[in-house]
Amino acid sequence: MEQISILEGRHKQVFEKKTGGEQVEISCDTSSLSGSVSQRACVFCGSRVVLYPVADALHLVHGPIGCAAYTWDIRGAVSSGSELHRLSFSTDLQEMDVIYGGEKKLYHSLIELIEQYKPKAAFIYSTCIVGLIGDDIEAVCKKVAKETGIPVLPVHSEGFKGTKKDGYKAACHALMQLIGTGSTENISKYSINILGEFNLAGEAWIIRKYYEKMGIEVVSTLTGDGRIDAVRRAHGASLNVVQCSGSMTWLAKEMEQKYGIPYIRVSYFGIEDMSKSLYDVAKHFPERPDIMEAAKQVVSEEVKELYPSLQKFKKALTGKKAAIYVGGAFKTFSLIKALRSIGMSVVLAGSQTGNKDDYARLKEMCDEGTVIVDDSNPVELSKFILEKEADLLIGGVKERPIAFKLGIGFCDHNHERKIPLAGFVGMYNFALEVYQSVMSPVWQFAPRKGVKI
Amino acid sequence: MLLRHTSKEVKVREGLTINPAKTCQPIGAMYAALGIHGCLPHSHGSQGCCSYHRSTLTRHYKEPVMAATSSFTEGASVFGGQANLLTAIETIFSVYDPDIIAVHSTCLSETIGDDLQQITRKAKDDGKVPEGKRVIFASTPSFIGSHVTGYANMVTGIAEQFAVSTGVKKNQINIIAGWMEPSDMREIKRLAKELGVNIVLFPDTSDVLDAPQTGKHEFYPKGGTTIPELESIGDSRHTLALGSISAEPAAIALEKKCKVPFETLEVPIGLTATDRFIMALSEIGGVSVPDEITAERGRLVDVIADMEQYFYGKRVALFGDPDQLVPLTEFLLDLNMKPVHIVSGTPGQRFEKTMREILDTRSPETNFKNGIGADMFLLHQWMKNEPVDLLIGNTYGKYMARDEDVPFIRFGFPILDRIGHSYFPNVGYSGGLRLVEKILTALLDRQDRDALEEKFELVM
Repeated sequence: MEQISILEGRHKQVFEKKTGGEQVEISCDTSSLSGSVSQRACVFCGSRVVLYPVADALHLVHGPIGCAAYTWDIRGAVSSGSELHRLSFSTDLQEMDVIYGGEKKLYHSLIELIEQYKPKAAFIYSTCIVGLIGDDIEAVCKKVAKETGIPVLPVHSEGFKGTKKDGYKAACHALMQLIGTGSTENISKYSINILGEFNLAGEAWIIRKYYEKMGIEVVSTLTGDGRIDAVRRAHGASLNVVQCSGSMTWLAKEMEQKYGIPYIRVSYFGIEDMSKSLYDVAKHFPERPDIMEAAKQVVSEEVKELYPSLQKFKKALTGKKAAIYVGGAFKTFSLIKALRSIGMSVVLAGSQTGNKDDYARLKEMCDEGTVIVDDSNPVELSKFILEKEADLLIGGVKERPIAFKLGIGFCDHNHERKIPLAGFVGMYNFALEVYQSVMSPVWQFAPRKGVKI
Repeated sequence: MLLRHTSKEVKVREGLTINPAKTCQPIGAMYAALGIHGCLPHSHGSQGCCSYHRSTLTRHYKEPVMAATSSFTEGASVFGGQANLLTAIETIFSVYDPDIIAVHSTCLSETIGDDLQQITRKAKDDGKVPEGKRVIFASTPSFIGSHVTGYANMVTGIAEQFAVSTGVKKNQINIIAGWMEPSDMREIKRLAKELGVNIVLFPDTSDVLDAPQTGKHEFYPKGGTTIPELESIGDSRHTLALGSISAEPAAIALEKKCKVPFETLEVPIGLTATDRFIMALSEIGGVSVPDEITAERGRLVDVIADMEQYFYGKRVALFGDPDQLVPLTEFLLDLNMKPVHIVSGTPGQRFEKTMREILDTRSPETNFKNGIGADMFLLHQWMKNEPVDLLIGNTYGKYMARDEDVPFIRFGFPILDRIGHSYFPNVGYSGGLRLVEKILTALLDRQDRDALEEKFELVM
């Protein structure tokens, strides 16, 4: 096989688990090296994906047209009502605005939009250039909020001011401005907020139903199928249940500090983690053993149906190998377990935004010989997929065609999933999708992993 | 109704854009650079830009798209991006080993004031560019023009920075591809070969963004115009620029630098524009049009004649990029259809002038607008006021098509939800046939769907 080298300066972000091997601490949380073909995005991207599912808010991108164009309805975050979030609004800054400032344009755009669409709130995203030309977005937002009577929230998401994670934080900061402004009347003591669930392909609805079956009230989902009024009363919940830890842990911590709401981290992927996420919530209300009973009931009903249906896939997939490269590290943990439950092992595990603790845990979980990467690139991914003979890649939009060119299966575990992968039903869908792709007849006709047929 | 919020009444907006019919310059520059063999496009800006462009191109082509980024940080935005770019150039050559790096700027690096010419020269002076390798650049600020402008700027950069005039003319013609698909570029090459004219086509994304499955991830696929070919364009006898917005600026630059005379044509979409292209190429190449091409034309004319009753008077709304819309509008008129609304987000008076010329005698009442305020929101409002039978445009048109229940043909960039555009050309007579088939299928499927039982026809 042809040798492909690792990018110099990236050795600290790539690690192979070996007993007796050098135990380097994986370096993460850094910006990508200049000149790398990174799969990562920017601060704005982080903010945009977190807030996007709030369907009855106005999302105005303040900057040149590109940032709005590339984030126009690209995320399958489903809404049960308003579809305002699926439109693309931009101040479309021109050269003159860059020279003289874009505040006026922003002001007029906001007034026009709020008058026309009557949103419940407005999020104003700053892009790179706004950070440079020095528009006082705060002031414009305050003015418009005063004139229109709705919350107008600046999101400080200038692309260059950090990584995607900083964008999550900026989004959470905007949400924090809303939380606490609604009435908490009539909220049950046995209530939660679902954090970090974006309702891709309707996943939040599935999760919500489980909790409701347990007798738990879901005050708000942040931000899947999100509604401003629900966000405003989120502080009335008794517990925050955080998925997609990368994006929402900051918010959970803030809410804990400000409103005394404790939080737990969960994952809805795979049987094991899904069940645990129900039990952990039940455990939070020990005075109500019936909640735990109900949780057990939900799990047992679901698993009874799910388990037999997975066996067909397991039989076909046992011994196959997977490579995982996704956004958040927490998702990687669940995927490893989910893949094991259908007989597959993981030979490459990586994320764009994992932190030190995440990677330590990943090392612990992985089998001997597994390669662990932070902020990888196509050369590296191809190299390890070929060397480790993976049969499947789990990733996002940029990784899909690489897998197919290499002649292996692919599963989108990112924005472009078309079917729900969360919950018990999601585990079935996941197994089915992996099975479909890995066992597809197309691979009979295709040279595989660089080998001619 | 996804776009239930679109109001019928058209009001003047103060600079606000809703549902853009354009995107920003750098993605065009990235696309153009992919049409050079062994080239790695490089985005001099934040990481997000590069990531968004690669994702969008990947969604459009279902192909891996490689490009590097300067990964700007706060430091770079204060002290300038020179250090980032110099590091990037060094890193790219040592790790990804391209023949060429094509750097384009972004709104961020432009506003900071980074001078790409100076920085790339410094990289060379500092010995960061290995022997035989090249770094080219184009300035592509996102706050001017659109993705089409970015494409034009990179193609101009390619022409200016590669062309060498040796003083000895070569018996070849340059064809500068305006923004078109790999399938279109492949078709242009086929037509030239059929005519027997020796051409250099640039950029050329065929065999780059329509690469076969090989079991390998080719970082630099086999296609793309090569360095020797690009260097030779200064010695060509003539240049044909296909597209007044996306290709002509490069032809002007080449004429200025190497005195290669040029002629600008529309992208050869449809019958008349293809006729002009074939005639121009045969005249400049000093060849006669071979029978096979005449027969291709004849087949297209034959199909149009066969089905003329179904085209007549059909009202069409279209949106997209100027160099495609102009010949497409002309083709629709040739088909006896009625372009009713035309929108392009790309600014420039040239579009208005050309459209005026085409429409003045044949359809003076057509609504058309480009530049600021010409977005899909406006188009949708127009459609509500004056309904149409067919909508033609990129994937984002599907919302309007659904809400207004109008047949829809995907055409332009980006197409995120269908395949075909990378493999079947829209240019040339065969491209015309494809368009005619698509138009007829869309219209007749609708007629079948809506026909009363007694009017449901077997033979059409």
